[in-house]
Amino acid sequence: MRTLTNIKAPEAAPSVSHESSEARKEQTGRNKGDGPLARDTTTVHRQSATGGSSTHARAHESAIKHVTGRAAYIDDIPAPSDVLHIALGLSPVAHGRLTRLDLEKVKRAPGVVDVITIVDVPGHTDIGPVFPGDPIFVDDEISYVGQTLFAVAATSYKAARLAVKEAVIEIDERPASLDPVTATERGEFVRPTHTHQSGDWQQALESSAHVLEGEQFVGGQEHFYLEGQACLVLPTEDEGVMVYTSNQHPSETQKLVAEVLDIPFHAVTMEMRRMGGGFGGKETQASPWACIAAIIARRTGRAAKLRLPRAEDTRATGKRHPFNNRYRLGFDDQGVLTGGDITVIGDCGYSPDLSDAVVDRAMFHADNAYSLGQARVTGHRAKTNTASNTAFRGFGGPQGMMIIEAAMDDIARHLGEDPLTVRKRNLYRLGRDVTHYGQRVEQITLLHDIVEQLEASSDYWSRRKAIAEFNAKSPIIKKGLALTPVKFGISFTVQHLNQAGALLLVYTDGSVSINHGGTEMGQGLHTKVCQVVARELGLDLEQVRITATRTDKVPNTSPTAASSGADLNGQAARDAASKLRERLFDFAAQHFDQELGGLDREGMRLEGGELIAGVGESERRIPWGELIQKAYLARVSLSEKGFYATPLIHYDRDAAKGRPFYYYAHGAAVAEVEVDTLSGEYRLSRADILHDVGDSLNPAIDIGQIEGAFIQGMGWLTSEELKWNEQGRLISDGPATYKIPAFGDLPPVFNVDLLQGHPNSQASIYRSKAVGEPPFMLGISVWSALRDALASLVDYRHCPRLDTPATPERVLMAAEALRNATLVKAAQPETSDDPA
Amino acid sequence: MMEHSETRSQGSGETTVNLTVNGEPCQLTLPPNVVLLDALRDRLGLTGTKKGCDHGQCGACTVHIDGQAVNSCLRLAVMCEGRHITTVEGLASDVGLHPVQQAFLEHDAYQCGFCTPGQMMSAAALLEDSRIADDDAAVREAMSGNLCRCGAYKNILSAIQDARRHVSPQRTEGESP
Ligand code: FES
Ligand code: FES
Repeated sequence: MRTLTNIKAPEAAPSVSHESSEARKEQTGRNKGDGPLARDTTTVHRQSATGGSSTHARAHESAIKHVTGRAAYIDDIPAPSDVLHIALGLSPVAHGRLTRLDLEKVKRAPGVVDVITIVDVPGHTDIGPVFPGDPIFVDDEISYVGQTLFAVAATSYKAARLAVKEAVIEIDERPASLDPVTATERGEFVRPTHTHQSGDWQQALESSAHVLEGEQFVGGQEHFYLEGQACLVLPTEDEGVMVYTSNQHPSETQKLVAEVLDIPFHAVTMEMRRMGGGFGGKETQASPWACIAAIIARRTGRAAKLRLPRAEDTRATGKRHPFNNRYRLGFDDQGVLTGGDITVIGDCGYSPDLSDAVVDRAMFHADNAYSLGQARVTGHRAKTNTASNTAFRGFGGPQGMMIIEAAMDDIARHLGEDPLTVRKRNLYRLGRDVTHYGQRVEQITLLHDIVEQLEASSDYWSRRKAIAEFNAKSPIIKKGLALTPVKFGISFTVQHLNQAGALLLVYTDGSVSINHGGTEMGQGLHTKVCQVVARELGLDLEQVRITATRTDKVPNTSPTAASSGADLNGQAARDAASKLRERLFDFAAQHFDQELGGLDREGMRLEGGELIAGVGESERRIPWGELIQKAYLARVSLSEKGFYATPLIHYDRDAAKGRPFYYYAHGAAVAEVEVDTLSGEYRLSRADILHDVGDSLNPAIDIGQIEGAFIQGMGWLTSEELKWNEQGRLISDGPATYKIPAFGDLPPVFNVDLLQGHPNSQASIYRSKAVGEPPFMLGISVWSALRDALASLVDYRHCPRLDTPATPERVLMAAEALRNATLVKAAQPETSDDPA
Repeated sequence: MMEHSETRSQGSGETTVNLTVNGEPCQLTLPPNVVLLDALRDRLGLTGTKKGCDHGQCGACTVHIDGQAVNSCLRLAVMCEGRHITTVEGLASDVGLHPVQQAFLEHDAYQCGFCTPGQMMSAAALLEDSRIADDDAAVREAMSGNLCRCGAYKNILSAIQDARRHVSPQRTEGESP
């Protein structure tokens, strides 16, 4: 194939455009635009693309599309007119054996083109992402309500749904196992138990001045991505498929689709432009739908679309793991931890999915920001008859942190101290700077700085005093205040996932296209990556365009998860851009000003849309467009691939020791609540946040992430209640029964600041820090403030147990329990004041 | 060809309905149980209006019917005979973006963007409605039917209050949404 084709003048009568193109050809200094060579080059509009400009707030790369409704999601992609619509037959029971599945009437229903079950799968039938255990369709064992039994493809979605109802299903139902604690006692796990241990925790407990114990239930969370699971699959001209999917992990789905179809990976191409929210729910759990649609597309030779309606989406897919946590901790008179034992039980649902890593991360964060002393942390992965719980922003970290934050409040009440005082005393510090899994905490003073700055900026102590006075006078309405910190480890704890690739293409008009393995779900990743490329090449953001994530551009990518999207893909894009830049420098040094011996290679730079060489008198500036065209004509490659692998990290699972995290991101929040202790109703009246993002890549995006994460974290701990009935059917399966934060939950006073002057101590992308997940856990301050308000009922002598979500009902029950305990205590004055 | 702007049943159990969508008259023949949201998306290719829950609980599908913000997943298309429908695609005019769009742009009032069309349609309607007070609390109340899972509420609120400077409330009557 020729790469250079001469542009011929149109044969027809000269048109205006023909004339102008002729005129342009004749202009001196313009090239003729042979073949791929552009006639005009892009220009830089502003002198803003250099140096620090990449850290300025920059508009989202899809901004104009979002406000005009032109940003397309999967369901908006025009499908071929003969597209088939898929509806699923889901299990109505939680546990049992499928004894009969008669689909004859389904097949004969109007509009139905294809009906498939497990026997129609050409290749692998297990689509477990990491470990086996997730059948694409039920074979005979049924493990949860909502598990897929069969799929129907019809000419309209309505026809497919109506046909599903014609199925004759017989199930030998068994009792459902729904309690993870019972499952743990019975030894029913999806993966083996894992333990971290540092020092002699038993000895530490025995020799501690005080010992407290407590337990808690931390509820799960539905992702409720506003765009539900969706995909569109087209058969390609060979044996393959083209898959458009709302998906955080296209490479894994590519693998699974290929294995299910029994075709090579290169026959499957995934494309992912943007998601209407992911939050972890489309990391592994977007794959089954793509696999099913791919089978139908291959069998019928027609495009196939699968979009789960909201209620089916919530039933069929896993959620944030609910956890049952326990602590038994020793501490001194100051409340400083000496050691102890923490157990976390993750309710994993019916299969492993990502639960090994999720429970690991809960264990890695059972210390949050505090040195546990000599401690043991044990994590169980309980198996139950629910959908397989999965990744969700924080990935177990939030659930792990909840136990130590509960302990901090409890210790403070036990000693009669303010919880903030106890928290500050326990922060990692010199001499107490190694975690229970052996990683040394760097930037050790940073959290102290954050807490102190926030204490001052939020007026913590004067508000504390005012609240105490208010509560003393107010018998029913009680106010609560809490400051909680976050220390969150950044990196995938599965080491090999810490890699990324990018593909940089420069065209002869000077426009730049960057592609990388990360996916955009609202976190602003694509904007940040464009900024990185613009900065490396000294261009305007407008000159750099990002294209949809595609497995045929950058292969073998990791999921966009673990907050690592910008860290990994930004570095890969930077690698590509800097390699290309160096190549252009080499070329420019030789090519320009040859008569003067060429340009000075040293000190050459790309800035404001120009290559600049030399200084002062001998300074030479070459516009980007000219540089690129000259390079093209001199046969210099204008594309480059980039790669990045996070350094330093390692974890030895047998020894349960290592450095699983490249660095930690930090933050802290102060929340103030008002609780009606007679109804349990409450509201968040103010929140103040100070968060560490290192040197921010884009402050506007980062602040948006922090605000959104805080609100989502608050929702998890307050209003978002998942309810299953005794048969294991999720009954909170839509927004009418499952309450995510709405406009009214936005606190009237909401101050969010980025910590200034603390670049990342590790060489992350421009010394920034990951921001997707860490601020989620700032929501814990709201829960702690609720406990604070409740504690005022007993003069702060005791902190009530408050399971989550702390719905008004649970808050009311906790208030009642405290009031009753006070009555009992009044009758028996000699009762121990140990709340344990 | 239908000539009257009058709903009429077809032999096939389909019904013809005449609407004005974003200023363009159009005629659709569809089963009577098709909701407006699906008619807009599937028949007219206006995919800017999103389907978040399909049950009137998330606000992603908000459009204007004769200037009122309505969840289009709850309206049957055939009930809209003769009505003027505006979707996000019709919010901008010849002179440029609607003030609400401009403000959403300037305030980064979205993350994933999926709720954005619905948020803007509700916002545009509330700013024109003089019955709704202009303080933050009233706006939060009026916007309570539009969920944003990304939690971009703070920026959405500031965008709405900013857009207010360019919109003068007009309507004082009319049916409730
Ligand atoms: S789709 Fe209409 S309100 Fe959710
Ligand atoms: S921006 Fe994602 S749902 Fe609102």
